[in-house]
Amino acid sequence: MDLLNALVAFTNFVIVPATAYGAQLALGALGVTLIYGILRFSNFAHGETMAFGTMSVLGITALFQSWGISFGPLPTALLALPFGALITIALVLSTDRVVYKFYRKVKAAPVMLVIVSMGVMFMMNGFIRMIVGTDDRRFADGARFIIKAREFKQATGLNEGLAIKTTQAITLVVAIMTVAALFYFLNKTRTGKSMRAYSDNEDLALLSGINPERVVKITWILVAILATIAGTLYGLDKSFKPFIYMQLLLPIFAAAIVGGLGSPLGAIAGGFVIAFSEITFTYAFKKVITYLGPDGWKPDGLVQLLSTDYKFAVSFAILIIVLLFKPTGLFKGKSV
Amino acid sequence: MKNLLIATAASALLAGTAQAEDIKVGILLGFTGPAESYAPPMAGGARAALKEASESGAFLGGTKIEIVEADSTCTDAAVATASAERLITSEGVSGIIGALCSGATTAVLQNVALPNGMVMVSPSATSPALTALEDNGLFFRATPSDSRQGAVMAQLLKDKGYSSVAVTYTNNDYGKGLSDAFATNFTSLGGDVTINAAHEDGKADYSAEVGALASAGGELLVVVGYADQGGKGIIQASLDTGAFDTFHLPDAMVGITTEETFGSDLDGTMGQVPGTDAPGGEQYVPIGEANGFDATAPFSPESYDAAAMLVLAMQAAGSSDPADYKGKFYEVANAPGVEIYPGELKKGLEILASGGEVNLVGASAIELIEPGEAAGSYRVIETIDGKQVTVEYR
Repeated sequence: MDLLNALVAFTNFVIVPATAYGAQLALGALGVTLIYGILRFSNFAHGETMAFGTMSVLGITALFQSWGISFGPLPTALLALPFGALITIALVLSTDRVVYKFYRKVKAAPVMLVIVSMGVMFMMNGFIRMIVGTDDRRFADGARFIIKAREFKQATGLNEGLAIKTTQAITLVVAIMTVAALFYFLNKTRTGKSMRAYSDNEDLALLSGINPERVVKITWILVAILATIAGTLYGLDKSFKPFIYMQLLLPIFAAAIVGGLGSPLGAIAGGFVIAFSEITFTYAFKKVITYLGPDGWKPDGLVQLLSTDYKFAVSFAILIIVLLFKPTGLFKGKSV
Repeated sequence: MKNLLIATAASALLAGTAQAEDIKVGILLGFTGPAESYAPPMAGGARAALKEASESGAFLGGTKIEIVEADSTCTDAAVATASAERLITSEGVSGIIGALCSGATTAVLQNVALPNGMVMVSPSATSPALTALEDNGLFFRATPSDSRQGAVMAQLLKDKGYSSVAVTYTNNDYGKGLSDAFATNFTSLGGDVTINAAHEDGKADYSAEVGALASAGGELLVVVGYADQGGKGIIQASLDTGAFDTFHLPDAMVGITTEETFGSDLDGTMGQVPGTDAPGGEQYVPIGEANGFDATAPFSPESYDAAAMLVLAMQAAGSSDPADYKGKFYEVANAPGVEIYPGELKKGLEILASGGEVNLVGASAIELIEPGEAAGSYRVIETIDGKQVTVEYR
C-alpha cells in the first residue's frame, strides 16, 4: 500500500493532461455553443477556424522570432495571439459576409446552414493546407517545464515522477481568464445583454430595437477569438497539425451538447466531463492498483477499460447517453 | 585483319540495334508520407547505380537506361498501386526499384507486379510477411527481413543487460511484423516484454498511449514507429511525462529527423539499421557526394545495391525481359565470381558480357538468401551528445 506513489502516478497521467485537454475542449465548445445560441446552427467549420487561428499565430510567432522578440520563459505565441485573433476575425467576418449572410436573409432552415458550414469547413481545410501544408509543427518556445519528472522524483524521493508542462499551466490560466472575460461581457455589458436577449427571443429583441447584424458581427468576433485561443493552446500543448482540428470537432461537439447547447456554463462543464472520461476510460490502471494493493501483488492485465484507440468512442458514447436521457444537456440548453 | 573488320562491323551493328531499344527502369519510392525523409537519399542511390550502368556503354551492348520515378507513398496502397500501374502499362518499364514501405510493397507486388510479371527489387521493405508471400520469383529485396532484425535487436538488448522492456509499434505491416519478431526472440532469450501495444500515426497527442505503456512498465521503450510520425510523438510524450527516458530505435526511427528533434535528450538510446562495415560502404560515400545525396543515410546503400543487382541480372541474362532475368539475381549477388564494389559496375557488366561470373558486394555487402532477400548485417548506433554514432556492426 503506497498511497502517495499511486496518487502521483494518477495525477501525472490522468489529472494533469485531462485538465489541460478539458480547458482546450471547453474553449472550443464555448465557440460552438455561442454560434448555436445566437446564430442557431451547428458550425462544422469551427475546427477549421481553430486551425486557421493557430496557423495565423504560428506565422506571426515566426515573424516575432525572426525579429528577436521573445516572451522570456513564456512562449512567444502568447504575444502573437492577439494578432492571430485579428486575422481570424477578418476571415470569419468575410465568410459571414460572403456565405452566411445570404442564408440568414432567406431565413434558411438550420439544417441548411449546417450543410453550408460543412462546405465552409472543406474550403478552409484546403486553404490551410495550401498555406502551411500538412506537416506537424512545434512552435512552443521558452521554458518547457514547470516541474520536471526527474527533478520531482529526486526532490520527493518517490518512485513516480510528476511533470507539469509550461503549456499545460498556460492553458489553464489563459482559459480561466478568457472565460471570466467572456462571462463578464455577456452578463454585465449592454452589448452582451443584447446578445443574450437576441438568443432568448429573436422577435422580442428586434422589437426592442436591437440591431441583429451587430449582434451577429459581435458573435463572430467572439467566436474567432475563442477559436484562436483554443486552437493555439491545443497546438502549443501538443503540436500543430492541421488535420487534427477536424478530428477535434467530435469531442468539442460532444462537450457542447453534454453541457447543453447554447449554455456557456454547460460548454465548460461539458469540456471537462468529456476530457476526464476520455482519459480515465482509456488509462491503464495497473500501476496505480499495484501501489494501492497489498505489497508484492500485481494485477495480471493492464486494468484498462478501453484501448487508447477508442478515445473518440468514449465521447460518442457519452453524447448518445446524454441525448437519450437528457436531450437538453446538463445545464438546460436548447434541445437538439 | 579481315576478321577484325567483320567483328567491328558486327559489333557496331549489334550496338546499333540495341541502342534503338533503350529501356526504362522505374524508381517507385515513398516520396510523400510518413517515411518521406528517407526517400531522397534512397532515390539518389538507385539513380546513381542506373546512371553508372547506362553511361558505362557496357550494359546490354550499349543500351541506355531511362529512369522513371513514381510515388508509392508509404501507407496509401491505392496510390502505390496506381503509380506502379502507370510505370508498367504507360511507361513500359523493364524493372522496378521499390517500393519503400512494406505495406505499399505488398500491395504493388500482389496487385500489379505479379499479374504483369514484373520484377520488383525493394531496398527497404522489411516486413517478415513478404518472406512468405508467393511471388513467382519476381520479388527481391536488398534488405533483410525484420524477423532477422527482431533477432538482432533482442540479442543486442539482452547483451546490454536489459531484461524487461515495453514495446509500441506503428499499426501496420512493418510495425506488427517487427515488434512480433522482436517479442518472440526477446522472450525466448529469457527477457520480459511487459506490453506490445500499437499506436496510430498522425495524431497530435500521444500522452494516453504513453500512459498505458508507462503503466505496464519496463526498463526501456522499444519504439517501432516512424521518425516523421507517431514514433516521434511517442518519444516526445514519454520524455514530457517522464514515463521513459531511454528508448530503443529500430531502422525506421534511426536518422536525422530523430537526431534533430530530440538531440541530447536521447543520450544513451541505442538502435540498429541495416548496414555494414564492409569496404563497399566507404567507396559508396564519394558516389553520394558526386551525385548530391547523403550516402550514409539509412537504406541509401541498399538502394544502390538494389539497382545494381537489377542491371547485373539483366546483363547476365542478356535481356531486359523480366521473365528472362528474374532467375539471375542469385548468380550476380552471391559468390562465386569477381567481387564488384560501388563504382565498379562497368567492370561487372563487362565480365558478364564476356561470360564470366560476378559477385556483387556493393555498398551494403549484399548476400541474397531464399526467398530473395538480403542475409543482412546491422549497424548499431548509440546517441552520444545528441548525435547518432555507430558503435558496432552485427
